[in-house]
Amino acid sequence: MLGKLDWSAIPFGQPIPLIAGGVVLVGVLAVLMWVVVKGHLPYLWHEWITSVDHKRIGVMYILLASVMLLRGGSDAIMMRIQQAIAFQSQGYLPPEHYNQIFSAHGTIMIFFVAMPFVIGLMNLVVPLQLGVRDVAFPTLNSVGFWLTATGALLVNLSLVVGEFARTGWLAFPPLSELSYSPGVGVDYYAWSLQISGVGTLVAGINLVTTVLKLRTKGMNYLRMPMFCWTTLASNLLIVAAFPILTATLAMLLLDRYLGFHFFTNEAGGNVMMFMNLIWAWGHPEVYILVLPAFGIFSEVVSTFSGKALFGYRSMVLATMAICVISFMVWLHHFFTMGAGPDVNAIFGIASMIIAVPTGVKIYNWLFTMYGGRIRFATPMLWAVGFMVTFIIGGLTGVLVAVPPADFMLHNSMFLVAHFHNVIIGGVLFGAFAGFEYWFPKAFGFRLDERWGKLAFWFTFSGFYITFVPLYVAGMLGMTRRMQHYDVAEWRPWMIVAAIGMAVLSIGVICQIMQLVVSIRNREALRDRTGDPWDGRSLEWATSSPPPVFNFAFHPDVRGEDAYWDMKVHARKQALEHAVPEYHDIEMPRNSPTGFVCAFFATVMGFALIWHIWWMVILGAIGAFATFVVFAWRDHDEYVIPAAEVAAIDRVNLEERRSLVSMAGAV
Amino acid sequence: MSMTATAGHTHADPHQIGRVVEHTGPAPKRIVTAYGFWIFLISDIVMFSCFFAAYAVLVDQTAGGPKGSEIFDQRNVAIETVCLLLSSFTCGMASIAADEHNRFWFYLGMAVTCVLGLIFLAVEFREFADLVARGYGPSRSAFLTSFFSLVGCHGLHVSAGVLWLLTMMAQVFAKGFRADILRRMRCFALFWHALDIIWVGVFSVVYLLGSGA
Repeated sequence: MLGKLDWSAIPFGQPIPLIAGGVVLVGVLAVLMWVVVKGHLPYLWHEWITSVDHKRIGVMYILLASVMLLRGGSDAIMMRIQQAIAFQSQGYLPPEHYNQIFSAHGTIMIFFVAMPFVIGLMNLVVPLQLGVRDVAFPTLNSVGFWLTATGALLVNLSLVVGEFARTGWLAFPPLSELSYSPGVGVDYYAWSLQISGVGTLVAGINLVTTVLKLRTKGMNYLRMPMFCWTTLASNLLIVAAFPILTATLAMLLLDRYLGFHFFTNEAGGNVMMFMNLIWAWGHPEVYILVLPAFGIFSEVVSTFSGKALFGYRSMVLATMAICVISFMVWLHHFFTMGAGPDVNAIFGIASMIIAVPTGVKIYNWLFTMYGGRIRFATPMLWAVGFMVTFIIGGLTGVLVAVPPADFMLHNSMFLVAHFHNVIIGGVLFGAFAGFEYWFPKAFGFRLDERWGKLAFWFTFSGFYITFVPLYVAGMLGMTRRMQHYDVAEWRPWMIVAAIGMAVLSIGVICQIMQLVVSIRNREALRDRTGDPWDGRSLEWATSSPPPVFNFAFHPDVRGEDAYWDMKVHARKQALEHAVPEYHDIEMPRNSPTGFVCAFFATVMGFALIWHIWWMVILGAIGAFATFVVFAWRDHDEYVIPAAEVAAIDRVNLEERRSLVSMAGAV
Repeated sequence: MSMTATAGHTHADPHQIGRVVEHTGPAPKRIVTAYGFWIFLISDIVMFSCFFAAYAVLVDQTAGGPKGSEIFDQRNVAIETVCLLLSSFTCGMASIAADEHNRFWFYLGMAVTCVLGLIFLAVEFREFADLVARGYGPSRSAFLTSFFSLVGCHGLHVSAGVLWLLTMMAQVFAKGFRADILRRMRCFALFWHALDIIWVGVFSVVYLLGSGA
C-alpha cells in the first residue's frame, strides 16, 4: 500500500535531523496558523500564490532562495564545526550523516539558492528593463516557480522522512547505483532535481522568448541593458544544458528502478559516460549562474559611477563568447580520469581561453569606474568586493585548468576553496548586489544602508577567513569531504575556517537585521519617484513598486541607457506638460494552475521515491487534468480601463516631474 | 509623457551604415507562442541527443547478449516508418484545415494522424514485448538498455503526442477555431513533425546502421 514507506523512515534514533526537522515543522505550522488566524489567506492566495505577475513571481523566487540559503548555510556551519573538531576523533557527526550534509549542502546551494535567486532577479527586472508588461508566458512562469518550490520541498522532506543522498552533490555512479546506495537518498536527490529541472527549463524558455520577442519600440538588440544580454546568454544555456541533466538523471533512475545498465559495473555499463554527461550540463551551469551576476554588476557599476558602461559592445561580445565556450570545457572536471594528454591539453587550453572574455569584463568595469563620480552605496560595495574576490578565484581557476597542476589539486580542499571563491564571490555577491539595488523597485522603499554595509563587511571578511585556510589545507594535501583526519598540520587551518564561518554568519544576521530595520522604517525610506539611485535603464522609469501593468505606455527607446537619455533631455527641454491619452490595458488573469500542478508533482515525486505506484498514477492523472482545465478557460485576460491607468500613472508622473525640475534647477 | 519627449536627438545609426532597422515593439502572440515552442523543441532535441550519444557509446557492449542485427526486424521498422511519415502528411492537412476553419477536413486529418500514431505505437509495443519475452529485455546488456531507452523515449513522446492530439480535437469540438486554439494547434503540429525528424535519426542510427553487420 505504501511501498517502501514505514515507520523506520523517521530517524527516531538521530537527534540532530529530528530536532531540526521538528523545529522547521513547528515554524512552518506557526506561520500557517498565523496566516489563517489573521485572515491573510485570501490575500496570499489571490495576490501571490496564483499570481502570474512576473514581479511577484520574481519576489517569490528570491524568498525561496533566501529560506534555502539559511538551510544550506546551516549545513555549512555543521561541516565547518565537524572538521574543526574531528582531528584524531570522530567529531560529533556520524559518517553517514556527515555525508548527507555535504551532499545536501551542494545540492541546495546550487539548485535551490543560486538558481532561484538569479532566476528571481531576472524575472523581476528583465521585463521592466525591456519596457514591456510581462514575460512571454505568464502562467508557465508561475508553473516554473512552483515546480522549483516542489523540488525544494522534497529535499527538505528528506530530512525527516527517510534520508538524503550520501553521494556528493552530483551523485556519481557506481556509488549512486542501487547496489551501493540502496536507500531512498539518491531517489530524493534525483526526483527533486528532475521536477525542479522542468521548472528551470520552463523559466529558461520563457525568458529567452521574452528577450528575443518582447521588447518595447526602439529597443534594438544593441540598446538592451547589459543585464538583459546576460539574461539572454544565461537562459540560452539553460535551454541547451538542462535537458542534458534531465536525460542523465533519467538514465540513473532507469538504472535504479528498472535494472538498466547505463552506468553500472555489470553488463557493459559505462561510468565515464555519466561523468561526461553530467559535466556537459555542469560546466554550463556555473555560467548560467554567474552570467546574470555579471549583468547585475554591469548595471550597478555603471549607475553608481554615474557613467555609461565602458565598452558596451565588447561586453556583449564577451558575454556571448562565454555562452558558447562554456560548452567546450567540461572535461576539465575530470582530467585525472585518463582521457590522455591530447584530450586533456585541448580542454586545458579551452578552459584558459574562457578566462579571456571574463578578463575583458573586469577591465570594462574598471574603466567604467575610472573618471566616474563613484557613490559607495551598498550595491556598489558588493560589486567592488566581487571584483577583488573574483579575480583571485579566477586565477586559482586558471591554475587548476593546467592538467599537470590539476593532478596535484584534484578533489583537494584547494578545489573546494576555488569554486567557493568564484561562486560566493561571483554569484552570491551578485545576488546580494542585485537584491540591494532592486529592492526599492520591488517594494517601494530602500534598505537601510548602515546594516547593509555591516552585512557586506562581515560577509566579505568572513569569506576570506573561511576560504583562504582551505586553499592552504589543500596545498598541504587535504582532500575534500573528510569526516575526520589525523594530520596535525591541517588542524589550525580548519579552526581558522570555522572562525571565518562564524564571521560569515554575523554577516547573514546583519542582512536579516537590515530587512527588519528597513521594514520598520519604511516610511522614512520610501522611494516616491521610482528612481532612487539616479538609474539609467527603463525599470527606473516607472513607479516603485511598479503598477501591475508596469508601464502606462510602451516606452519609446532612442538609444542605449534609455532612461538616462530621457532624463537628460527632459531637463534640457523642460518637461512636456501635455496630458497623455491613456488606453485600456489587457493583462493576463491570475491562475492557480502553477500551484495545483506543483501539488500533483509533489504527490507524484514523493510516491516515486517511495515506490507507491497507485499514488504515482493519481498524481499523473491530476497533472494532466490540471492542464486540460487550464486549456479550457474562456477568459485568460482582463482589462484595466483607461481611467484607472490614468489615475495610477498620474500620481507617479507628478512625483517624477518635481524630481526632474528640482534636479534641473541645480 | 516624459517617455516620448526625447524625439530628434537620437543615434539610431551611430556608424552611419544606413541599414539600421528600428525595432517595432513586442511581437504578436501568434509569433511569441510558436517561437517559444520552437525553443522548447530545441531543448527536447538536446535531450534526445543525450540518448543518441549513450546509444553510440554502448552499442557494442552486448555483454554476451544479442547484437542489433540479430534482433531488428526490418519489416516492422518499415511499417513504423511509413506510418509516421504518412502521419506527418495528414497532420499537415489538419493544420491547413484548421487555418481554413474547415471542421470536416480537420477532424479527418487528425483522426487519420491518430490512427497512424496508434499503429506505430502498437508495432513498437509488439517489438518490445517480443524482445522481453525472448529474454532480451533492457537489463540484459548495456546495448539493450540504450536501445530500449532511445526508442522508448521516442515512443513516449508519440504517446504524449496522441494524448495531446485527442485533447486538441476535443478543444476544437468544444470551442471552435479560436485564436488561442489555433496557436496550440500550431504548436502541436510542430511537435508532431519534430517527432518525425527524430524518428528519421532513430531509423538511420539504430536500425539502418545496426542491421548491417
